[in-house]
Amino acid sequence: MALTGLEIFKLLPKTNCKKCGMPTCLAFAMALAQKRAKLEDCPDVSEEAKEKLAAAAAPPMRKIVFGSGDAQVQVGQETVMFRHEEKFHNETVVAASVSDKLTGDELTKRIESVNALQFERVGTKIGAKAVAVLNESGSAESFAKACAAVNDGCDLAMILVTESAEAMAAAVTKVKDGVPLLAFAAADTAEAMAKIAKDNGCPLAAKAESVEVLAELTEKIKAAGVEDIVLALDAPGLQEQLYGLSKMRALALKKAFRPLGYPAMTHVCDGDGAEQGATAIGLICKYSSIVIVDTVEPYALLAALTAVMNVFSDPQKPVQVEPKVYPIGEPDENAPVMFTTNFSLTYYTVESDVEASRVPSYILVVDTEGTSVLTAYSGDKLNEKTVADAIAKYKVESLVKHRKLIIPGYVAVMSGKLEEATNWEVMVGPRECSMLPKYLQEAWN
Amino acid sequence: MPIPEVAESFTGAVNRVTLGATKDDGGTRTKTVTVGGARNVVYGGSPEEAGETPVVAMDVLDTKPEDWPDALAEPLSDVLDSPGDWAKKCVEELGADLICLKFEGIHPDKADKDAAHAVKVTEEVLKAVAVPLVLWGCGNDEKDNEVMPKVSGAAKGEKCLIGTVTEDNYKSLTAIALADGHFLITEAPLDINIAKQVNILASDMGFPLDRIVTYQSTGALGYGIEYAYSIQERQRLAALGGDKMMAMPVICDVGYESWRAKEAKLEDAPGWGAVDDRGPMWETATAICLLQAGVDIIRLRHPKAVATVKGFIGKVWS
Repeated sequence: MALTGLEIFKLLPKTNCKKCGMPTCLAFAMALAQKRAKLEDCPDVSEEAKEKLAAAAAPPMRKIVFGSGDAQVQVGQETVMFRHEEKFHNETVVAASVSDKLTGDELTKRIESVNALQFERVGTKIGAKAVAVLNESGSAESFAKACAAVNDGCDLAMILVTESAEAMAAAVTKVKDGVPLLAFAAADTAEAMAKIAKDNGCPLAAKAESVEVLAELTEKIKAAGVEDIVLALDAPGLQEQLYGLSKMRALALKKAFRPLGYPAMTHVCDGDGAEQGATAIGLICKYSSIVIVDTVEPYALLAALTAVMNVFSDPQKPVQVEPKVYPIGEPDENAPVMFTTNFSLTYYTVESDVEASRVPSYILVVDTEGTSVLTAYSGDKLNEKTVADAIAKYKVESLVKHRKLIIPGYVAVMSGKLEEATNWEVMVGPRECSMLPKYLQEAWN
Repeated sequence: MPIPEVAESFTGAVNRVTLGATKDDGGTRTKTVTVGGARNVVYGGSPEEAGETPVVAMDVLDTKPEDWPDALAEPLSDVLDSPGDWAKKCVEELGADLICLKFEGIHPDKADKDAAHAVKVTEEVLKAVAVPLVLWGCGNDEKDNEVMPKVSGAAKGEKCLIGTVTEDNYKSLTAIALADGHFLITEAPLDINIAKQVNILASDMGFPLDRIVTYQSTGALGYGIEYAYSIQERQRLAALGGDKMMAMPVICDVGYESWRAKEAKLEDAPGWGAVDDRGPMWETATAICLLQAGVDIIRLRHPKAVATVKGFIGKVWS
């Protein structure tokens, strides 16, 4: 956790020698706190102060990277409890599981199902970012074989899940180039697992039944030379898991409690696709940086991955859609044309209602820098000129024969100027776009 | 290893609200529903601080919905044209804690039904079920002002939750809800400042703050849910910080918003899974997301979504 200027000041020599270029040690401390100065500028600082300041400068939650090449993922380094306080930094990695009990065709099919969990939303690709191989067979040999097969058949980052150090050692030799995440080290396997992780340069997940025991375990693993650690709480139920995750996040961020300053992971294995999807979303929202699911139902993953996308979006930046003409259905040269803004929320509401109308249409999206209709209008980002420019830029006149433009009811006031600027006949649409289906069906026939 | 204490000392809490009036209380309900009461953020501290268990209000429409996707209409097809039977099914078979009677059909651009119709439906549903009701207007200010006071009167003394009132249209419904002993839903368009303003306006008319539930507007998963999510989190933090004007329990409209999503209703979407699974999943996912941000009453539509959401709540609030 970052120190305040006064806390830093206490660690400085307090000689006001000016060698750093600042008039006083206090001024230098303030500059340090604001990251406008470097500690090296002070020639007389003590070793103790250096250590304390370096420790305080480290992020409260460590960043953990696993997988290699294009499949590399990173989690952790979160700084806030609530997204509105700043933003969440690294999207939760959703991983689908593959059991090592599967062999032959069954194994191949399962890997194909995992590979199919890639989707596109709002022009962005989302998908399962990791695959977790589960040592359910109890055999080290089967586990190593399954890991090798998954490594061959699937491009995603790997998580090797076994309680047995023997199985972990057997598997990791086959797939270590992919830098898998090794899960899990428990109190009795900590040393053996830490050695495997260290020798192969892989991060290691620690698992314990309580937050207290987990904190001890991570210290033990760190002492054994592994710094990249992931937390796994072996909770008896979902309630305990969620409260535990919140507690660990708060300890890391608010108390700078280093033994828990790592991202957390969970495994959802109960229930059908919908129940697993629901549980996964709870864990995604409240602080599990890696979520393994046993379901490979696309409907469940699509929902969970959309939740990741939404919750991890930057609250400071309005989500925008690309300004252009969007055909809805299969519009022809007689289809209605309407415009809206490029604020994604506005656009998708309009799109959904135009779809519901079943009237094939064109939606012209005007670039309003991601603001809604009224905000854009009052900010002069939506006016006769920006609409006319968009009509010209996206060649709307070549799409339809008619020259009728439906405008949002909220900006009816711009009708006159818009008609002058475009030579199109303006039709004022409804204020609420939930009225669009009725409007289109009636006004356009 | 000893762990540092992280307990927050919050001074405020979310108001506790008990909906429904039993015979002793001057109504005809045999069940009441209490929501709110959280003394911490979601999953903060211990489960004892989480307050009352969130509840599910299933939507019943006053007129048969014509535009519902098949996947949604099918499981309710035997009752969609009878609000009383519909409500009964929701409570007796599907586990609804509350019924939200939504007066879609009074909207002038929809079925344009009159107040007599709305009153009849209200009486029918009150008779059909013993749980408390939520009575929700159509969103057209003029028509709501004409019809909803009559609806309020038809349910007088039942301690229903009635709404919505907005910054621009709050006077008539606030006055009548106060007179008829109901609880009030204040609505804001995803804007926390307006949310507070509507509460102040209702309060200025003498409406008690502890009888208000707020509706911040709901975005479906993938369609702006992050805005509702953060506003709800901020509202909870304001309540815990002692802001009396933001200490109300929260209601969200998940059913309607989720079923507008392409992911819920697009029939032919290779790679997304069957539409019969996708619709209920989208509704469930939207509800689960909002539960993480702090919500007390969730409006839902599909039986499968109700089952999954209630299953989740049962595991986490107990």
